[in-house]
Amino acid sequence: MRRLLIAIPYIWLLLLFLVPFGIVLKISLSDYALSIPPYTPQLDLSTGWQGFAEFWSQLDMENYWFLTDDDLYWKAYLSSLQIAALSTFFTLLVGFPIAYGMANAPEHWRPTLMLLIILPFWTSFLIRVYAWIGILSNEGFLNQFLLAIGLISAPIKILNTDIAVYIGITYTYLPFMVLPIYATLEKLDGSLLEAAEDLGCTRLQAFWAVTVPLSKPGVIAGCFLVFIPALGEFVIPSLLGGSDTLMIGKVLWEEFFSNRDWPVASAVAIILLLILVIPIILFQRNEQKQREAGN
Amino acid sequence: MSALALGLAATTAFAEEVRVYNWSDYIDEALLEKFEAETGIDLIYDVFDSNEVLETKMLAGSSGYDVVVPSGTFLQRQIAAGAFQPLDQGQLSNSGNLWDVIADRTAQYDPGNAYSINYMWGTTGLGVNVGKVQEILGEDAPVGSLALVFEPENMEKLAECGVHFLDAPSEIIPAALAYLGENPDSQDPDVIAKAEPLLMAVRPYVTKFHSSEYINALANGDICVAIGWSGDVLQARDRAWEAENGVEIAYNAPSEGALMWFDQMAIPADAPNPEAAHKFLNFIMDANNMADASNYVYYANGNLASQEFLIEDVIGDTAIYPDEATLENLYTTTPYGPRVQRTVTRLWTKIKSGT
Repeated sequence: MRRLLIAIPYIWLLLLFLVPFGIVLKISLSDYALSIPPYTPQLDLSTGWQGFAEFWSQLDMENYWFLTDDDLYWKAYLSSLQIAALSTFFTLLVGFPIAYGMANAPEHWRPTLMLLIILPFWTSFLIRVYAWIGILSNEGFLNQFLLAIGLISAPIKILNTDIAVYIGITYTYLPFMVLPIYATLEKLDGSLLEAAEDLGCTRLQAFWAVTVPLSKPGVIAGCFLVFIPALGEFVIPSLLGGSDTLMIGKVLWEEFFSNRDWPVASAVAIILLLILVIPIILFQRNEQKQREAGN
Repeated sequence: MSALALGLAATTAFAEEVRVYNWSDYIDEALLEKFEAETGIDLIYDVFDSNEVLETKMLAGSSGYDVVVPSGTFLQRQIAAGAFQPLDQGQLSNSGNLWDVIADRTAQYDPGNAYSINYMWGTTGLGVNVGKVQEILGEDAPVGSLALVFEPENMEKLAECGVHFLDAPSEIIPAALAYLGENPDSQDPDVIAKAEPLLMAVRPYVTKFHSSEYINALANGDICVAIGWSGDVLQARDRAWEAENGVEIAYNAPSEGALMWFDQMAIPADAPNPEAAHKFLNFIMDANNMADASNYVYYANGNLASQEFLIEDVIGDTAIYPDEATLENLYTTTPYGPRVQRTVTRLWTKIKSGT
């Protein structure tokens, strides 16, 4: 029974991660062809072992070399990393105070506050991003408001720039930051703070010395939940960003739909995955080591 | 017993459906209802605005569509990939209505027109808000020339008012080559590369690269100029008329030459209901129906019999049915090979993103 329980996450990992990964990896090693599906060689299991050997011999790394030839790809990766990292930072900046406020609110308020955080999910993500077009455009609410209070004299261009992308990502992913931080802060033992104050800390010092370190697991979880999807984000940059907003999600779309070159698109996707997975594995290892050292 | 059989027949008839994937803003929706009423087949109608997206779905296979509408060059590639099934002429009683002038031209993409029928055809040219453009560039603004959109000094002034380009490299690059006096249908990467400096010089002034938003943008007066498809621009002109907002839109096929394209209806090889697909094609080929479609979207069609039912605004407009002189000035293109396609898309990414 226990073995079965352990097996479930592994089956999950195999079916929903390793198998799709294997398929994409296979396509990334093949070549473009005008056929259905549009790549060659195709694996034909009916030809048996010899067919497989032949299939194997036709795979090569050509598409990966192609990616190194053109500076578009690494520029897009770097720009995506930058946009994702900065958006994660902004989300943390906005999300932490919200979570902190929620955790310190009177207990009977908390379910309502929690509901308010989740409420935006009741509307389609696409509609919420479209709403930002209405807010950020030159004739949008934000510009009209700023004009009305006299802060600016001419509309500022926000829509179709990187700033709009930052706003869009920060807004969309905010709940993913707030919820894990709230979960850790809520469980925080209040007596630790009292002890810190008894030992001479001011409230601010106690916050930095006790609350922040103890909220670390929530902050890390929140940062991962925001950073990972933001890195491959396609919808937000294509709706809110300008034509010069370079993100790997858009490049991937172009490879797939404009070039219709599945093998190169797959190679781009594999590299994106490696960029994500390798640092996360290293990070987890490091955490594990620290924990073991702590024990 | 017979009532039961009838009941069964009614349920199966009700359950039958046909899925059509066509360009956006490309049909009178009343026609869709008419088809359902006449045949009892449920019609599921989806739209796209780029040949590339359609081709991705076709080459992935199992799109689930029964009728799709690629343009000629894309049709040719997809036929080669085995994406379509030959039409069964026995099920197309209205095929006598077709116009040989157009069928001869579409045969270069689909030899013998074995896989497709022409739905509409048109040209790619300039949609111009005449008043605004003359206000900005003066009375003698080159509204009938590609100089309007390919000369930076014009574009710099037009930028404040807004300019849209189609997000379709296979149409904009030939136009750029035509403006430079090169062969617009060139497959030579060195010739195609000549389009780059021209387009890079005007890209900062392009408001948006998009293939459907310009209809409303032109009609509302949000933009002054669009490189767009003939009928779409004329739809914008009509929407502006209806809105009575004082915006006056004109369509001009550029004097340097304009791309002539053909949108062809075809049936995917793995269509779930090819029989219903043939019924839909036959319905579209009916002279009255085809005339209704053209009268609504302002595109010319490949149906000779429909011409007597066309309104004067359509059949009499040389922007839609070009006269001999304009016809001389139109060019067609052939599909890019895979290597050239990559060069073209890369160039396009560079033009759109600056990288």
